[in-house]
Amino acid sequence: MGKKSKRSEKLNLPLSIDNEGAPRIEVRRTAKLFIGGGFPRSESGRSREVQLAKGGVANIAGGSRKDLREAVRVARGAAEPWAAKTAMVRGQILYRVAELMEGRAAQFRDDLINHGSSKSDATAEVAAAIDRMVWFAGWPDKLSAVLGGTNPVASSHFVFTLPEPTGVIACMAPEHSPLLGLVSRLGGILAGGNVAIVLASESAPLPAVTLAETLAVSDVPAGVVNIITARRAELLPHLVRHADIDGFDLWGCPDELLVEAEQGAAEHVARVARRPHGVKDRADAFDGERGERIDGITAFLEMKTVWHPIGS
Amino acid sequence: MPSDQTPKGATPRRAVARAAEAAPSTPPATVAPASSGLSSSSPWAYAPAPESREIVSIRQRYGLFIDGKERAPSGGEVTITYNPATEEPLAEVAKGTPADADRAIEAADRAYRKVWSRLHPRDRAKYLYRISRILQERSREFAVTETMDSGKPIRESRDVDVPLAAAHFWYYAGWADKLEYAVPGRRPEAHGVVGQVIPWNFPLLMLAWKIAPALAAGNTVVLKPASTTPLTALLFADVCRQAELPDGVVNIVTGPGSTGMSIVTDPRVAKVAFTGSTSVGVTIAKGIAGHGKGLTLELGGKAANIVFDDAALDQAVEGVVNGIFFNQGEVCCAGSRLLVQESIAEEFLARLRDRMSMLRIGDPMDKNTDIGAINSKAQMETIGELVASGVAEGAQLWQPACDLPTRGWFFRPTLFTNVAQSHRIAREEIFGPVLATITFRTVAEAIEKANNTAYGLSAGIWTEKGSRILQVANAVKAGVVWANTFNRFDPTAPFGGYKESGYGREGGMQGLHAYLRSS
Repeated sequence: MGKKSKRSEKLNLPLSIDNEGAPRIEVRRTAKLFIGGGFPRSESGRSREVQLAKGGVANIAGGSRKDLREAVRVARGAAEPWAAKTAMVRGQILYRVAELMEGRAAQFRDDLINHGSSKSDATAEVAAAIDRMVWFAGWPDKLSAVLGGTNPVASSHFVFTLPEPTGVIACMAPEHSPLLGLVSRLGGILAGGNVAIVLASESAPLPAVTLAETLAVSDVPAGVVNIITARRAELLPHLVRHADIDGFDLWGCPDELLVEAEQGAAEHVARVARRPHGVKDRADAFDGERGERIDGITAFLEMKTVWHPIGS
Repeated sequence: MPSDQTPKGATPRRAVARAAEAAPSTPPATVAPASSGLSSSSPWAYAPAPESREIVSIRQRYGLFIDGKERAPSGGEVTITYNPATEEPLAEVAKGTPADADRAIEAADRAYRKVWSRLHPRDRAKYLYRISRILQERSREFAVTETMDSGKPIRESRDVDVPLAAAHFWYYAGWADKLEYAVPGRRPEAHGVVGQVIPWNFPLLMLAWKIAPALAAGNTVVLKPASTTPLTALLFADVCRQAELPDGVVNIVTGPGSTGMSIVTDPRVAKVAFTGSTSVGVTIAKGIAGHGKGLTLELGGKAANIVFDDAALDQAVEGVVNGIFFNQGEVCCAGSRLLVQESIAEEFLARLRDRMSMLRIGDPMDKNTDIGAINSKAQMETIGELVASGVAEGAQLWQPACDLPTRGWFFRPTLFTNVAQSHRIAREEIFGPVLATITFRTVAEAIEKANNTAYGLSAGIWTEKGSRILQVANAVKAGVVWANTFNRFDPTAPFGGYKESGYGREGGMQGLHAYLRSS
């Protein structure tokens, strides 16, 4: 047997085993889009090179406006069945995602290191991202108790209020926390029973690609999460004007694009979640309890109040 | 509106008699004796029972309420508010300008920083309790003023608008010193200055829905009432004075929509709440895009009132009538689309026409009036145009033969049948006493048709089968679902829309959330 190269040991990369004296040629991954449970290339045929910190390049699919449209179409189809699942099942499916992320921890770490993280930061971010997914997995069957309830009206009626998912949510993922930030926003969307179209971090897209590959073999139904790598500023104007998107998580939207993004969303009364005042899109924005925020869930819930008379 | 209490076994005719609000308690008097000299063409004719106006003294001119004082508008201009039932001018009202808005915001900002945010929450609560009590004390005055200014029947302003407004202040008063229980695990904070713009259909009630939670959460307020219905808001300024609410905590700026825009877009206004049309809501949302303000919108609706074949028909008739003719149909959550199961459509519509023939349209100050005046000439024209479009597009129009007053803006209750989902009357919010009937065969079809709208504010379900209620309530995309009842409101029950009916809730703990930032 050969020995692991120094580099792969350090990075936990796939084994580069000496093959009778010649170095093994590594099988590289093509980083594609994730739409409707499949991995298409961009219909535009575009891809771009992303320089990796430890040498080499990755080709990242350059999603287009048409890719977005396709993602919205499949997400709309997936929305109702996902919302109709019981809260317990949605929680279990999210927990299963955490299980599979644990199994791919090494790849997530490499992705982060390849985008410039230190080994210890990458290890910490992967661990936090998995724990964050577990945190969200516990939410679906508690939301109605925490956010809803029965209303003691001053008439002879039984009245209750329950949260329901908004529907199809487009997410501008955090740019500088490419895994933990992504999981912290996507987890909220899914825990509330919504489906997502994610525009991944542009400068560090690999963790999103690996997450897509994790989701593809999880129990998350096809179309519930769609991940697009793209030039975000190019797609954002089209994204926000898509009338079949019910809400926008603009946490990762750069300040200079926010006015245009919110104006587009306003055009069809779409719900908007944004980065709170004073919070910066930084690598540590989702660390610790700062990242365990229920507002990413509540931004895309609709409270439904139901009345019925009491009496004959 | 005793729609829930109508006995199941009642015959249609009896049900009608019970439904007429004044009828059950005074059966003999409801039939005008031939000798009384009253019109006796119908056994249901009523003698006039007008509410007295004496309790109200409407002044000739009203200023703005800024920093606890009445101020003349900076531009010196006024607009006239009319009584829609008589077309007579009621008062001159200040036409607030952007400069006035600026002054009001400055006052609210100062009051927030120097007084309101430093007050113990317990004391905030006590001010709100005071306001609620004063509203109760002066309820008749408010009801009469509201009816004169808006055209809504005195029965509704007296029994719905004013008591509910007082109840909202009462309910939110208790929240003021319990905010941390509303956002468990997080620290609640006020936004600061809140800008609020409200519509003309429930002038005082919408004011209460806006101001009560805003103050309870610790914010100060600049509110712009609708330009056709400013009087109860200006009377409310007097309540603030009586309650000795600190200056600048509530500021009322009357004026046109452009003044409202300058309030909501001001950088010192941290949170915006708007109730009104979807088009204005979109304009506001676009106007403040990227400013980082909190925003809640309560916009239009086109609610389906769904009647299944097993419904208690007379109760359903009452509910459908209440759903569309309450407040002349000038209600965002009005049940303006009747979805009736095909197998009972003929019988149901016959009973509905019968009931509609008994509605009394006329003087809103008359305690027997069911349908009052349309709020403004412009709204009359909007309703007229949409009704004409219904006829032109091929729907069948039916209206009861009833006398309308010769003066004032009155619109005959209108029932359309043979309506296609593509017709304008089935898609656009009419905001008038116009009901569009569509039939369906299956539960799935009812759900699909109910959801076939850009709006999602409310829905009604009429069936005696509990599991079907829950199935349909679950499936309709609407923020408020009334099952075997309609148009019920309560301060403890959140109200607000899905889809293009807006976002955010008013009422309940959920209504408080909109006025809190939590960190």
